[in-house]
Amino acid sequence: MVAQSTAKTDFAKVEEIIQSYGAKKSNLIAILQKVQEVFRYLPEDAMIYIGTKIEGLSPATVYGVATFYKQFSLEPKGKYEVKVCDGTACHVRGSMPILNTVRAKLNIKPGQLTTEDGLFSLEIVSCLGACGLSPVVVINGKVHPKMTSDAVKIVLDTILQREGVDKK
Amino acid sequence: MNIDIKKEQEKAQENVKKQGLRVLVCAGTGCVANGALDIIKKFEKLGATVSTLTGQDKMTIVPTGCQGFCEQGVMIHLSDQNITYVRVKEEDVEEIYESHIKNNKTVERLLYIEPKTNEAKKRTEDINFYAKQTRNVLSNCGHISAESLEESVSARGYEALAKVLKENNPDAVIKEVEDSGLRGRGGGGFPTGRKWRFTAANKGGKSYVICNGDEGDPGAFMDGSLMEGDPHRLLEGMAIAAFAIGSDEGYIYVRAEYPLSVKRLRKAIADAEKAGFLGKNIMGTDFSFDLHIKEGAGAFVCGEETALIASIEGERGMPKPKPPFPANKGLFGRPTLINNVETFANVPGVMLNGAKWFSSFGTENSKGTKTFALTGEVNNTGLIEVPMGMTLREIVFDIGGGLRGGKKFKAVQIGGPSGGCLTEEHLDMPLDYDNLIKAGAMVGSGGLVVMNENTCMVEIARFFMNFIQNESCGKCVPCREGTKQMLKILERIVAGEGEMEDLDRIEELAIAVKDGSLCGLGKTAPNPILSTLKYFRDEYIAHIRDKKCPAGVCTAMKTIKIKEDLCKGCTKCTKTCPVGAISGTVKLPHVIDQSKCIKCEACLSACPFKAIVKE
Repeated sequence: MVAQSTAKTDFAKVEEIIQSYGAKKSNLIAILQKVQEVFRYLPEDAMIYIGTKIEGLSPATVYGVATFYKQFSLEPKGKYEVKVCDGTACHVRGSMPILNTVRAKLNIKPGQLTTEDGLFSLEIVSCLGACGLSPVVVINGKVHPKMTSDAVKIVLDTILQREGVDKK
Repeated sequence: MNIDIKKEQEKAQENVKKQGLRVLVCAGTGCVANGALDIIKKFEKLGATVSTLTGQDKMTIVPTGCQGFCEQGVMIHLSDQNITYVRVKEEDVEEIYESHIKNNKTVERLLYIEPKTNEAKKRTEDINFYAKQTRNVLSNCGHISAESLEESVSARGYEALAKVLKENNPDAVIKEVEDSGLRGRGGGGFPTGRKWRFTAANKGGKSYVICNGDEGDPGAFMDGSLMEGDPHRLLEGMAIAAFAIGSDEGYIYVRAEYPLSVKRLRKAIADAEKAGFLGKNIMGTDFSFDLHIKEGAGAFVCGEETALIASIEGERGMPKPKPPFPANKGLFGRPTLINNVETFANVPGVMLNGAKWFSSFGTENSKGTKTFALTGEVNNTGLIEVPMGMTLREIVFDIGGGLRGGKKFKAVQIGGPSGGCLTEEHLDMPLDYDNLIKAGAMVGSGGLVVMNENTCMVEIARFFMNFIQNESCGKCVPCREGTKQMLKILERIVAGEGEMEDLDRIEELAIAVKDGSLCGLGKTAPNPILSTLKYFRDEYIAHIRDKKCPAGVCTAMKTIKIKEDLCKGCTKCTKTCPVGAISGTVKLPHVIDQSKCIKCEACLSACPFKAIVKE
């Protein structure tokens, strides 16, 4: 587990988020999205807090919703969220070699979300709507078009350099 | 506020004229990825007011929605000479500015070259990719600013809504939609007018209009492009629907992966409310319509209408049995009309030009035009719109410009994980709802992924089953467990461990899942397997009996080797290999450690001497 997950959750912030959307059951997904944006994941105690605060919800239902949708993560994501698209168009044009390169480069095993140092998280997503430029890799919202194994290495190297991390 | 739409239109057109030379820079998701925003910045830096030889005293940079030809992005269209420049990079901006804008001289090197004839094409409509298209729904997409209400109004935006409100006859609106023959563009193809009539029958009390923008099919981006390229057309279509069925509140459910759509829709809604085109007492009438955006959270099944409704209510997006249909008991238990993005976007055209105009496009039972996302191994990838009934051959070879690298056509996957594949024998079949169902596929949302001889159809079936198995919500046992078992069998086959009985097992399972699932996801989940089994059974047999992958894709059945006599020891491959499986001394032949090799083929493209081969 990464260090942030044991840190204390800022409940005042969670409360502020709930209030900004309105403490209504139908706003649950939007509230969870905002909480994840702020904390980079859904801390367990934040989910319990939301489940207790909003009428008609329980911690269990919040947990149910959080685990149903792929967007939500119960463990912290990295500072850089790498998404390798494996939609049909990207798959046909070779997204798998790119995924393998990213895994090898960042030393992330299949099933692992975030690197030990918390710098990167890796997800496989299906279709980001940039199929005309397949295969694509998205890092923190920026779409990198027409990727190859070499190109994605350069992209990652640039980030590693910026972060002052020395990785072969 | 009372609004005279004709006057607003004239005013807007005047203002657009005042922009002078319009530099239309594509700012769709694809072109933004290719650097469109840097290009826009560069243009703006060069000055917004310039003298041009065309008599304009000003130029305006207009960031548009998807111009369609994503392959050639970033695309720039210059209104004065009707010229389109392709593959524009930030460093080309200065030349366009100096040469074209200041000196009225075309930048020849940035023109599109037709690959078949090697001819440079200046005008957009002369480019083969566009020549065969009929852009009705996409008529504004790429021609107006994606973030300006005024530009939308100048291009007849909200004119249909004004007309409908003036005539004040909801029933006539429904009648017109019925007569047009418009069918749901989200996949099922249910007649839109009939859906409206069902919902309208529950008049009195609260009802809702929902737009399904949860375009989840991998390989499809038409709805996303529409939402980010011409958001007002969607809002107008929804407002007309709300008026027709007597609703005053609506939701647009947008999938999480489309942040640009969300941003532009939010702005569009705010602008339209301010102008009196949405919100309370629209255009000074009694009709009010409040519109909200709900962002999805990454669940494919939420494209199913009852699951989508559950998701808007803040629950797990699991489908419910029908009846009750949403038309009777939908969002928060109230009557709800739910249509897809493209369906709503077709409505303003129907109301403006009439049902007759709309039904003049298309075939007997499939009217109008349809947008498709043309992707995969085709030369011209992009967003297209064609009349229903166009053949696959015209789409792939005329609009798509044939296959990349002159490779052989193998199949087209249509309709995503719910669809099926079409092969050479279907190339001349008119594409419409009914023909596709007959061929074991479906329109789906409209993703067309072209595959060539190097695509393994068994692996593609595995790919889709993996997707579906991940996305099954788990409610129905046949779907939850059946897709898992089907995936296991397919994984066995691509690993070279399949047996002939697997083919019978998988077919039996496929039929059980089809029959035993509640919603469209499960009912159509086996389609990719059934259609590949039908058309490419020999490939399955090759994997099982001969332990061979005819397309050379399946890693278990291939080895990557370095040909000693061709290897010059340049060490390029060692640097490319992601797992460090290649070793050797400089200037001497290298070797691949087969126990480390993950068969990613990265070295194959890195080798300048073609010394690395797969067997």
